[in-house]
Amino acid sequence: MTIKLEAHRIGLEYGDPESDGRLVALNDVSLSIHENEFVSIVGPSGCGKTTFLSIVDGLIRATAGQILLGGTPVSEPGPDRAVVFQDSSLLPWRTVLGNVVFGLECIGVRPSEARERAAHYIEMVGLRGFENRYSYQLSGGMQQRVNLARALVMDPQILLMDEPFAALDAQTRELMQEELLNIWQASGKTVLFITHQIDEAIFLSDRVIVFSARPGRVKESVDIELDRPRSLKLKRDPRFHAYEDRIWSLIQEEEKPRAKAAG
Amino acid sequence: MLRESYLACERGILGALAMAVFLVAWEGLARGWWADLLQPALGTAANVLRIRPIFLASPSAIAEMAFQMYFVTGEIWPHLGLSAFEFVVGFLIAASIGIPLGLVAGRYRLLSYAVEPLLAALNATPQVALLPLVVLWMGTGLPARIFIIVLLMIVPILINSHAAVRTIDPKWLRLARSFSASEWRLFRTIVLPAAVPFLLAGVRLAIGRGMIGIVVGEIYGSAVGVGVMINQAGSTFQTTRVFVGILTIVVAGLVLSEVVRRIERRVEVWRPSTSADS
Ligand SMILES: Nc1ncnc2c1ncn2[C@@H]1O[C@H](COP(=O)(O)OP(=O)(O)O)[C@@H](O)[C@H]1O
Ligand SMILES: [Mg+2]
Repeated sequence: MTIKLEAHRIGLEYGDPESDGRLVALNDVSLSIHENEFVSIVGPSGCGKTTFLSIVDGLIRATAGQILLGGTPVSEPGPDRAVVFQDSSLLPWRTVLGNVVFGLECIGVRPSEARERAAHYIEMVGLRGFENRYSYQLSGGMQQRVNLARALVMDPQILLMDEPFAALDAQTRELMQEELLNIWQASGKTVLFITHQIDEAIFLSDRVIVFSARPGRVKESVDIELDRPRSLKLKRDPRFHAYEDRIWSLIQEEEKPRAKAAG
Repeated sequence: MLRESYLACERGILGALAMAVFLVAWEGLARGWWADLLQPALGTAANVLRIRPIFLASPSAIAEMAFQMYFVTGEIWPHLGLSAFEFVVGFLIAASIGIPLGLVAGRYRLLSYAVEPLLAALNATPQVALLPLVVLWMGTGLPARIFIIVLLMIVPILINSHAAVRTIDPKWLRLARSFSASEWRLFRTIVLPAAVPFLLAGVRLAIGRGMIGIVVGEIYGSAVGVGVMINQAGSTFQTTRVFVGILTIVVAGLVLSEVVRRIERRVEVWRPSTSADS
């Protein structure tokens, strides 16, 4: 198994305008992700998950450490990574098709070719026939499908997803989880998935990485040894519950000291 | 049935009704109807409601004069033509300076800091008060007239273009960066589309101010132009002609606003059912 992504002792400090000091968001984060692996990061909110993803994407420069993608260091955004952002970040003045071709336009793909490639992924996420809709005409779930297609069409080496289903209702979310697994299996991408939902992380992942409370560090990495392909039934399996309990208590250990400090 | 068809055009009916009441009240003032009506009750005091034609022309007289000037003698066309020319040139200059300058100033933080106080000062300046200076610098010819129109129109255009960029949701800028969009592509695909509603709102404000510019800019100098016509008619007590000039400007302003509104509707198909009444 080859290593696709390697984070080596990543640290990040934000300038903190409130205390006039520095806010350490990430401290010494090291992890690696294999090719075709589906890895999730879970952790208490504010522990630096989005920050970490942004560093991997190249939007933020780490103040310490290094990200290697396929062995080469990452310093700025590139077409070898694509993000599905947390909030629906579709461009409202573009149609579904216009949104999906956006990234291809940015790297100078010919329009006719871009449209062709987009059509393939629009079909894959189940939105054929909706190419000319604007985002206000789409449900939350459909919007996130477009987001997914927009990332997939770049054919990135790694797909970065930041709580993509957080804003969806429970039913739609589970539906999307199942579909994401199908798409992932078909496309064979490496995925780094961020969520604060434990069951979502277990259901999707080969491995769940638990972050500590801020400053974020890797607290533990849990291999999820559940057979694939998985269906939603799996969520009622006792082994599934065992993983849930384990990860839940890991996060709980992180939440407790904060609750004490707050109370 | 009747009720439904009323409700369908309630808005138009009420608007037209109010306009009709207003016109009748006005006609009555100019013709002394109200004075005659109230004479028995109020005596000579009712004469305050009798306004001499030198002060107020009646709507019917204005309409008749307008018909004369537009379609019989045709004397208004040269005035209208020149004023329209001033307006169009003024607008083109104001837009081609104001929009790029505002957008660029909004995009770059440091430039924005530098420009903000200037914009605030420009906004607080009554541009009309600059007229004597403009005359001093440029005389009273066409360039001076166009200059004052530019001065008036550029303010809302600049301010709105600047605000348009400053209020762009950062998530779209982040998105463009994540896809390695070049600065130029970011401008074309994010900044510009996000700014269009602001730009058009700015243009709509500018139209009203441009109309003021036409009249003010033509105060001095005695040649051609709707403003000139209004001023000359006013100083010779031809009240009806004054109103025809004003009416011309009002109609032009309404037509132009409607044109912009249509453009807005066409450009913003992506907005959830742009509520027709904004
Ligand atoms: N641009 C920023 N400037 C300063 N602090 C930030 C910035 N972005 C995030 N933070 C802080 O860094 C911490 C981690 O944020 P984030 O990565 O968004 O957490 P998560 O995604 O895990 O909820 C939080 O305390 C947040 O307030
Ligand atoms: Mg987050």
